[in-house]
Amino acid sequence: MATEHSRTAARLMVSPAVILLFLWMIVPLGMTIYFSFLRYNLLMPGMESWTGFDNYYYFLVQPAFGAALLNTLLLVGGVLLITVIGGILLALLLDQPFKGQGIVRVMVIAPFFVMPTVSALVWKNMFMNPVNGMFAHIAKTFGFQPFDFLSHAPLASIIVIVAWSWLPFATLILLTALQSLDREQMEAAEMDGASWLNRFIYLTLPHLTRSITVVVLIQTIFLLSVFAEILVTTNGGPGTASTNLPYLVYQQSLLNYDVGGGSAGGIIAVILANIVAFFLMRMIGKNLES
Amino acid sequence: MARKSSSLKTAVVTVAAWTIGFLIFFPILWIIILSFKTEGDAIKTPLEVLTSGWTFHSYAEVQERSNYALHFWNSVVLSVGSTLLALVIAVPAAWAMAFVPGKRTKDLLMWMLSTKMMPAVGVLVPMYLLFRDLGLLDSRIGLTVVLTLINLPIVIWMLYTYFKEIPGEILEAARMDGANLRSEILYILTPMAVPGIASTMLLNIILAWNEAFWTLQLTTKAAAPLTQFIASYSSPEGLFYAKLSAASTMAIAPILILGWFSQKQLVRGLTFGAVK
Repeated sequence: MATEHSRTAARLMVSPAVILLFLWMIVPLGMTIYFSFLRYNLLMPGMESWTGFDNYYYFLVQPAFGAALLNTLLLVGGVLLITVIGGILLALLLDQPFKGQGIVRVMVIAPFFVMPTVSALVWKNMFMNPVNGMFAHIAKTFGFQPFDFLSHAPLASIIVIVAWSWLPFATLILLTALQSLDREQMEAAEMDGASWLNRFIYLTLPHLTRSITVVVLIQTIFLLSVFAEILVTTNGGPGTASTNLPYLVYQQSLLNYDVGGGSAGGIIAVILANIVAFFLMRMIGKNLES
Repeated sequence: MARKSSSLKTAVVTVAAWTIGFLIFFPILWIIILSFKTEGDAIKTPLEVLTSGWTFHSYAEVQERSNYALHFWNSVVLSVGSTLLALVIAVPAAWAMAFVPGKRTKDLLMWMLSTKMMPAVGVLVPMYLLFRDLGLLDSRIGLTVVLTLINLPIVIWMLYTYFKEIPGEILEAARMDGANLRSEILYILTPMAVPGIASTMLLNIILAWNEAFWTLQLTTKAAAPLTQFIASYSSPEGLFYAKLSAASTMAIAPILILGWFSQKQLVRGLTFGAVK
């Protein structure tokens, strides 16, 4: 159907996008790789020199790296655990018929549209603040000592804040998937006496598997680069208690002016994200064929 | 009996769903309430907050002290500007891939998607230095370009999945009736493509509005959108609850409203068509 003429036109139409994305991918990334092999500090301009893998070595052996890597994994894992389990339960609940379904749905989705700096600051000040926060007020009402969440459990607090923003995403996608479940099959199983739990394990869960995988993979991509929430709540502290990999790179390159070391950290973050991306791409690719 | 238990079940579901929905929404509701209180009332206990008087004072104060309108305008320019720019680049590309697919189309789509997988922090240093050397730090132009590029893959993918749904037979039928390429595009394809383009636009505006990595790294004041403006409240102004609430409410209200219109597109857009 497509003629030689239309093929040429198509190529012309695609090329601006391809060229721009290619440049966007290759130029800055190439520069990061180049910088990562230099001793390059913004405070000492003109002193750049080749250092081979030194930056990588020093980035990896600093104690902050181990802490940041662990925090990154805990943050991703913690948020995934809350949002996927919470999302499944919530989707199952919202899939039932009840009065005001539309309104509840809107309320549940709302946090997703709140910009990260707002959600982090609101939780930090209005809820977790040990003096005037809502949790402190509630604790005092019941005669307990208010707990300073962000100083004593910084990472857990950030996990809660980020999970609040992402729970709607998981819920919405799982709910969409639930709605395509074969109702007749479900009713048949019910008539045959399958219990609610059995129906969930043998019918609902297998049907949701693909959507759960999509939720996990896409969230992981975004959660690996959580930044704003940490910047406005704890600044990565106390110490390195809530520093994740992106925050560590930001600290090293833009706060400590160590361009070489920061670049090496950036490349390590890219490698980490690519491992996840590999699996995600395979899933989406398979879907494109069907 | 069966009827009784099912009406009981409905009651339980209704109460549970409303309670959980309310709790999830509560932080947003709370900042809306606090934004209409005085600073003195806003830090009191929840019960005292609810029973205290209402005022618009904080809204006026936020604008007066910090030129809120400028940052709001920056957010509008950045999100709408980057979305329009992305559409100009993406519509022809998605169009060509959907209607004149070649052997490589699938690989090309996958490759475009892979550019989205690169974590921003991996290119933070060179982008910062490039922006500094080109004098683009804290400029709307520079940030618009970056926002366009980071969302371009999503825009192309969404448009592609929408265009793919336009049946090719319609085109053939039109061609049989003697329509030329121009009228084909103008009278047949465009009307069918408009809803898809509109929802893509909506989702992309939301994503750009809330983007909080590059906006925080590459702006300080003149080009700062609302994400950066709110971040400036992190200390010590954050302790002024009423002002922070008013600023936050104004920052999220437009996008909450747009977001409610785009629930369905959100699923498709953020899963790259993997869940519809």
